[in-house]
Amino acid sequence: MTAPVIIEDIRPFLAFLIPLVGVIGIVWAGEGRKNLRETFTFIAAIAQASVVLSMVPEVLGGVNFEYNIWQVFTNVPLLLRVDGPGLLFACVASILWIATTLYAVGYMRGLHEHAQTRFYAFFAISLSATMGVAFSGNLLTIYFFYEMLSVSTFPLVTHMQDKDARTGGRTYLGYLLFTSLCLLLPALSWCYVWLDGGQTTMDFLGDVGKVGDFSQTTQIILLFLFTFGFAKAGLMPLHSWLPGAMVAPTPVSALLHAVAVVKVGVFCLYRVYADVFGTEVLQSLNGEDWMIGIACATILISSLIALSQDNLKRRLAFSTIGQLGYVALGVTLATENGMGGSVLHIAMHACGKITLFFCAGAIFVATGKKYVSQLRGLGRKMPITMGAFMIGSLSVIGLPPLGGFVSKWYLALGALDRDALWVVVVLLISSLLNVFYLLPVAVTAFFRTEESEEDSGVKEAPWTCVVPLALTALGCFLLFFFSVPLLRLAGISE
Amino acid sequence: MMENSIAWILLFPLFGAVLCSLLGMANRKFCWPIGVVSMIGSFVAGVMTLIQAIDSPAHEVSYVFGGWIIDSYPRGVGIEFRADLMAALITLVVVGIGLCVTVYAKLPVERETPGKEHFFYPLFLLQITGLAGICMTGDAFNLYVLIEVAALTGYGLIAIGGKRAAAATFNYVILGTIGASLYLLGVGYLYIKTGSLNMVGINEVIVSSETLKDSATMQVAFVLICLGILIKMAFFPLHAWLPNAYCHAPTATSCLLAPLVTKVMIYVMIRMVLTVFGVDFSFVDTPWPSVLPWLVVIAIVSAAVMALGQREIKRMLAYLIVAEVGYMVGGVWVYNYYGMIGSIFHIISDACMTLCLFLGAGLILEKCKTTHFDGLRGLFSKMPLTMTAFFVGGFSIIGLPPTCGFFSKWYLITGAMVSQRWEYLVALLFSTMVMVVLFFRLIERIHLAVSESGENLGKGHGDLGLTNEQTRFSEGPLTMLVPLLTAAAVVLVIGIYNQEVVDLIEIFLDPFDLPGEPESK
Repeated sequence: MTAPVIIEDIRPFLAFLIPLVGVIGIVWAGEGRKNLRETFTFIAAIAQASVVLSMVPEVLGGVNFEYNIWQVFTNVPLLLRVDGPGLLFACVASILWIATTLYAVGYMRGLHEHAQTRFYAFFAISLSATMGVAFSGNLLTIYFFYEMLSVSTFPLVTHMQDKDARTGGRTYLGYLLFTSLCLLLPALSWCYVWLDGGQTTMDFLGDVGKVGDFSQTTQIILLFLFTFGFAKAGLMPLHSWLPGAMVAPTPVSALLHAVAVVKVGVFCLYRVYADVFGTEVLQSLNGEDWMIGIACATILISSLIALSQDNLKRRLAFSTIGQLGYVALGVTLATENGMGGSVLHIAMHACGKITLFFCAGAIFVATGKKYVSQLRGLGRKMPITMGAFMIGSLSVIGLPPLGGFVSKWYLALGALDRDALWVVVVLLISSLLNVFYLLPVAVTAFFRTEESEEDSGVKEAPWTCVVPLALTALGCFLLFFFSVPLLRLAGISE
Repeated sequence: MMENSIAWILLFPLFGAVLCSLLGMANRKFCWPIGVVSMIGSFVAGVMTLIQAIDSPAHEVSYVFGGWIIDSYPRGVGIEFRADLMAALITLVVVGIGLCVTVYAKLPVERETPGKEHFFYPLFLLQITGLAGICMTGDAFNLYVLIEVAALTGYGLIAIGGKRAAAATFNYVILGTIGASLYLLGVGYLYIKTGSLNMVGINEVIVSSETLKDSATMQVAFVLICLGILIKMAFFPLHAWLPNAYCHAPTATSCLLAPLVTKVMIYVMIRMVLTVFGVDFSFVDTPWPSVLPWLVVIAIVSAAVMALGQREIKRMLAYLIVAEVGYMVGGVWVYNYYGMIGSIFHIISDACMTLCLFLGAGLILEKCKTTHFDGLRGLFSKMPLTMTAFFVGGFSIIGLPPTCGFFSKWYLITGAMVSQRWEYLVALLFSTMVMVVLFFRLIERIHLAVSESGENLGKGHGDLGLTNEQTRFSEGPLTMLVPLLTAAAVVLVIGIYNQEVVDLIEIFLDPFDLPGEPESK
């Protein structure tokens, strides 16, 4: 690939700043002026998405935008840089934020949730942090925004303020802060102290592969610390926080735990593997195969666990862990196709999984049901919702003509580039498992007749819930048919 | 005033104290305004001193009181005040925090010690005089005097709080006196061996002499001085005086003493190690660098674990201070450039964040009449500003960016790595985790409607099981709120401008040639 042209531009910083400004409006409007408050959220979401999208044409033309926010240490700036993969991730997150906001309005009002101002405010802060991670230009910057996201999502996870929320919140923060402070921080510090006599910036563009100066053992330790330090990626055995965090309201689960938080985790992994170590260093590293093994194990084990879950949101949570494993697998393969496939999978899975979560939430709003076994016959009452669920499932499984197919294709290519046939076998088995745990949901809803008459009054959820999920389901198709720009952003085709 | 600003730092609160007690006898309402005005003067002088120290070629400002110093070799006896960059920085922190707490003190003093304002404020101002003096004095014996000034006024300030405070003070008096005596004894030995009391004078003799470093007397002097200081800074297991003293003291007292006393003593330790004994003697010719980091590990871990067991905010904070003392001592004794930067920076940032937390705790006490964990539910809706500021301090203690606590901890961790002191690194990370638990447990107690044993207290949907009266917005009085918000802002500002502070510390550390200093500097 040719070196990108660097241009100073404030837009990445604006994308980060807009939600924070939105927070002021949201808090100012408050509980008393609901419509005004939601308007502020929409304005922020749409403004952010437009700023992010406006950068696409130039980045496709080989330009990288940079913005230096603040000099953290003498030689290390808090630097934002927009490159292809980062922009792809930012696009996905900011567009889905609009959909989620629409959905959240329907969901939160439909259930008469409390403290909605707090909810929208912290939601916006989380999105700001997500933009920060997507556009981070060096290791320290990404760490800052990663921590910001951990803390700002805590009030969302504990939104219900009850016993379950406490348990979920404890698991959530326990895992995330323990790993980031005890594994990540020493690893970071290690790089900054020992590389280049303490003068390195660990820039994602200029310092790729510098860690290759360390001994093999050190490199493996660092790789280990980074891989598990970013526990948001949900690699086993540090995945338990994700099902625990499902106590949050569904819009939170949908955006943060299928899109923003977990994707931030895997995106950080991508940065570490692709832009800190680099494919060359990784391929020369003995023992890097172990990481592939961990990713594969995560994929298979979590799919098996998902099979046994009756609670729909928990089943989706374990499915998410498995799908995150795909992304991790792609980066650990350390081939160009694998890396690109990972970035693509972040986008593809986001669209599919958010549809599934939206559906789960819509079912809960309309019927109050949480369990797969309760869904019999629901397909006829809520055809749009269950139809969208079907499409989302097929996309996650990876069937054409849906987005999920494209990314899995490149992941498989990446495995073949490395002559790792067994990885392809794992991918196939896992797809089969996906079929087993996702399709029965839709099948139960459409083809099993209900047992009792008590649900006869059930109809679709409010339109604000249904429209977003229909749109994201449509998105799964579009991602397949218009995947070329995505491929270019992910760096697979020129 | 400009050229003598270093003297004015001390003279303002000193004369303020005298005025307070004289005019306060006539009318107690005079005390608080006098205190605030003299602290403003002192703060301005502190800023000027720092600016002068930065501008002067030697990065040092000095002032000899009464022009009296025996001009000899080695530089002899006198009352010399010297502010290099470290001293000027930390003095500024001392008088800044002094100003903050003086403003804050108005209401708590009226409430907790009614009718005693004309005792309280003079002691308070003298305390600040003592602490600021400790940071700037250039004479080892004067340092002892100023330590005693700070200690004696401190005893008074704590004991004024009532019966339990008096008992705690007694404990403090005994241990504090032992500490100060050990220090004095050490200084006596130093005087015998070197013939000087001036810090630069002592150092000149130690550096130029070949034999002095093997002398048993010098080793004993070093141990005595360090031991005395360690008691004074509440280094575990010599901390027994601290938790009770800070918990039972009046609010204004604990807000002043908690951020400053231990931190200033760490400053004294660094001053002794670097300026008086010199790097070679302290780190190479004594066995302490191999022993102290392990003691530090024990100190940090034990204090952190004890903090976990507390169910009352001020007590919990008191144990946190003990753990933080371990951080800073460790940073000094890992013996490298980064560790030392970390320690000095942590003195500044820890003072600010502890201030923030204690001011917050004082406000909670003011509104809720308790700082026990059980009485905190619903405070986020009742006092959103106070709680936000309080948790800015909390996040800084944990070490989350961009608060100043992150940066000082970053340098400490770096220091541990450069010297490959893994045990210290593990202790740092362990206590970081404990602090995460401590503060997020607090957030849980405030934010969630769940009792400690895990039962739901409300009716769901954010109902906290409280009356509207208990959760209605009601912030504390402005004289208390503004200092708290200022402190929280300072925690963030020092974090954001950490580079500027570290630059000054680097200039200060440059002549000492500590190992691990990057080549290009």
